[in-house]
Parts: sequence; C-alpha cells; structure tokens
Amino acid sequence: MPGSEAVRAAIDQVYRDESRRILATLIRLLGDFDLAEEALHEAFFTAVERWQRDGIPASPRAWLVSTGRFKAIDGLRRRARFERSPEALRQALERLEADDMNVEELEDDRLRLIFTCCHPALAADAQVPLTLREVCDLTTEEIGRAFLLAPATIAQRIVRAKAKIREAGIPYQVPARDELPERLDSVLRVIYLVFNEGYSASSGETVVRDELCAEAIRLGRLLRELLPDPEVLGLLALMLLQASRTRARNAGEGELVLLDAQDRSLWDQVLIAEGCALVQQALCTQRFGPYTLQAAIAAVHAEAATAQDTDWAQIVGLYEVLLRGWPSPVIELNHAAAVAQRDGPLAGLALIEGILQRGDLRDYQPAHCARAELCRQLGRQDQAREAYRTALGLTRQAPERRFIERRLQVLQAISRR
Amino acid sequence: MKYLCLVYCDETLLHGLPESPADAECMAYANAIHDSGRMLAAEALKPVQTATTVRVRGGQTSLTDGPFAETKEQLAGFYLVEARDLNEALNIARGIPAARVGSVEVRPVRELQP
Repeated sequence: MPGSEAVRAAIDQVYRDESRRILATLIRLLGDFDLAEEALHEAFFTAVERWQRDGIPASPRAWLVSTGRFKAIDGLRRRARFERSPEALRQALERLEADDMNVEELEDDRLRLIFTCCHPALAADAQVPLTLREVCDLTTEEIGRAFLLAPATIAQRIVRAKAKIREAGIPYQVPARDELPERLDSVLRVIYLVFNEGYSASSGETVVRDELCAEAIRLGRLLRELLPDPEVLGLLALMLLQASRTRARNAGEGELVLLDAQDRSLWDQVLIAEGCALVQQALCTQRFGPYTLQAAIAAVHAEAATAQDTDWAQIVGLYEVLLRGWPSPVIELNHAAAVAQRDGPLAGLALIEGILQRGDLRDYQPAHCARAELCRQLGRQDQAREAYRTALGLTRQAPERRFIERRLQVLQAISRR
Repeated sequence: MKYLCLVYCDETLLHGLPESPADAECMAYANAIHDSGRMLAAEALKPVQTATTVRVRGGQTSLTDGPFAETKEQLAGFYLVEARDLNEALNIARGIPAARVGSVEVRPVRELQP
C-alpha cells in the first residue's frame, strides 16, 4: 500500500497532467460545463480517500472519469428528487446512464473543448478567458492579472459564455470538414491573441506575460498533436520563432530592442530550429495560409547571422504573397518597411506615405515611427521630428514612449550641430 | 431544439441591390429547408409601414402606427426551424438568400414551463 504522501503526490501529478483531459470528457458525458467541473473536483476528492485504501488504479484517468460520472449521476438524482421541474434533469440522467463510455472518443474530447471555447458565436472577449480557464486551467485571478482586468470581470465573461453555450445549444463537437477552415481560424486567432498579449504588451508583470506566451505555445503544440493542419503548424512556428527572440528583445528595465539592434547570440537556437522545421513542413503542403507566411518571414530573419545579412528580397516576396491572399494595411506597412531595406528609404517612404494618405493607419503608431525613421535616413530632419511627435501622441506604452523620446533627442542633437 | 431565424434588412435596399434575392430564390430555399424536414414555419413580411403595435396597460389597449422600434434595419421575415444544435441552425441561417443584403439573428426558442 502506498503511503499517504505518495498518494498525494500521485494525485497532484495526475491533476497536472490529466485534469483538462478528464474535464473535456466529463463535459461531453454530462453536457454541461459547470456540472463537469463539479464532478471533476468530486472525483479528485474521492481519489484522495480511495487510492489511499485501495491503491492507485492502473488507469487513473479512466478511474477519475468514471467516478466523476457516477458522482454527477448521484447529484442529479438527488436534485431530481427535490426540484420542482425535474424533466430536464430526468432526461440528462437517462442520457448519462445510457451512454457507454466510448474510449475512442476520449482523445477527441480535448479538441471538442477547444473548438467549443473558441466558437465564433461566443463574444470575442469571452473566447480567450474561457479557453485559458477551461483548456489551460488558469484561474480567473491569473487571467485578470495578465489582461489587466478585474478577476470579477473575467469571471463574468466566462459565466456568460457558459450560459450561452448551454442556452443557445452550442454543440460540443469538432466541426465538420466543410466548416473546419472557418472554425479553425477562430481557434488560431484565440491562441495567437493569448501569445501576443504575452509578447507585445509591455505593461504588467513580466512573469505573467512569459507564462501567457508559454501557455499559447502549449496550446499550439496540443493542437498540432490533435489536428496537424498546415496553419496549425504555421502558427506554432510563428510563436516559437518570435519567442526565440524574447531574451534579446528585452534590454532590462522593460526596454524594447528592435530586431536590427538585437544581440543575436541571445536568440534561442533550439526554438529557431523547431520553428524553421515546422515552417518547411507547412510550406510543403501547398495549403498554407497567413500564419505560415508570417512564420516564413520570421524564419528568414532567424537565419540571418547579422541584421545586414537579412535576405530582404525574400522577405519582400513573402509579404507580396501575403498581401495578395490576405491584404491588410498593417501587412502593407511591413511590406513597405521591407522594400525600404531592399531598395532604399525613398522607395519605402513612398509606399508608407501612400498608405497614410489613404487614411489607413493614421492612428497606428508604428506607421508614423516607420515614416520618421525613413525620413531621418533621407536627412529630412524636420519631417522625421514631426512624424515622431505624431507617433508619441499615439503611444500608450511606457517603453515605446521612452524609445521615441530617445529618437527625438538624437534628432535634436543633430539639428543643433 | 427550435430556433427562430429573424431576417433583418434595410427595406429600402432589400430589393434594390445587385445581390438582392428574387422571390423565386427565396421560395426555392424555403422549399429545400422544408424538404429536409427541419422547417416549422417561414414567412416574408410586408414593409414596416404596414406595422401596427399593440400594448395593453392596466387593461387598456393602445394601438400605435409603426413598428415596436425605429431601427435602421427592419424585420423582413422569419424562419422557425428544428435543428440539432446551434451549428445546424446557423447553417440554415447562412443559406437564407436575404442574408446577403441584411442580417439574420438566430435565437433559440424557450420552452414555456407548464
């Protein structure tokens, strides 16, 4: 018989490794998120006592699923006896008692859970917290800290989303093949939002932010395991390649270091190798999309030993493919910046001014920073200063503001000389 | 579950755009849903100028000319369907020809408790 310490350690381990999988299965069996969460906790609670007495079962996951299911049936029976309108409960019970556990479906359950949490019929601002709560087991406090929102706000969004799933009849299933591309987009968007929240925003605690990146990468890996679509590979590659630069990107005290100024010896070569391999794999399918193309661009940067060695022609080409299939002003801006590197500042500036004159990106700080930088390179100090000032008025993040202020000081020094 | 698909559209545009559906297309779609066994009811409505709104307060009935609320898009028709879940209902909704010029709100039907 294992000692109580050993049993507790085993239960903690199973909870860490398996609790989301067990929850995913219980949601399918019970047809309700809250009921499943209750059942999950009861199952683990029961395990503490039973495993002490009877030993740790051969398959802890199966034991916990079946215990959770029985606990839920018990609970429903009790409730059916006391509540006035037991019809819905009776139906749930019948379904539950008839449903034999289908082992082959267990693996799909996690995928069902992801697709349900990212269902486009749920409010956009609820999809991310719901996914982090249910799929990643982050607490509402952790999610609140990461997104700089009160835990009560996060909890409320999750409660509303769960209510909509239940009341509107959002099914717990992996979408059919013809709906898959559209639905997968929504899942990828949620994962990338989680990553970006950790990667780009510079407010909040770094520890929490790094955790968000790690969580997004974990989700990406899980999705690749369950559904190796080219864009899933592409998104995972993009996140790995961006994460490879984390150390080089932060110059301490929350200062951002731009790509061309980064110390490339700080880049994580393990992540780069994995990211590049995934990009290759995704490109080979010929069915790739915008995530793969962005990852391919990140891979070209990753392969350059110095900023001067960057293959800008290839990057411009990749942006052009991206623009043809998925046009957006931000992609256009990035394309213009790459053209400036390939053909010189004048060519890039013409493109950026075209975008700004159209009215797109007029309130987008990076567009004005890019314009300022190209003006500076062309010796147009006044225009550069004016553009940096516009950028300064649009930024809300302290490190960005400090970065622009430093640029302005350099320009002042030049004009005084 | 039963779902009500409410078709909203700016009435001035409903029949006037290049992608506006003709009645024949709308009928063909309604027939297809009917043949799939999921149709409970579907109708197109006359323009909103024909609407009359009824309220009863303290036993007194008041009638007003016009719709319940003045909005940019008006209720132009509805489908009441039986669907396995929201996904199936959304699939029916996306096929409604008027969705190309207006919007379709999909609402689950609440079963009244006797």
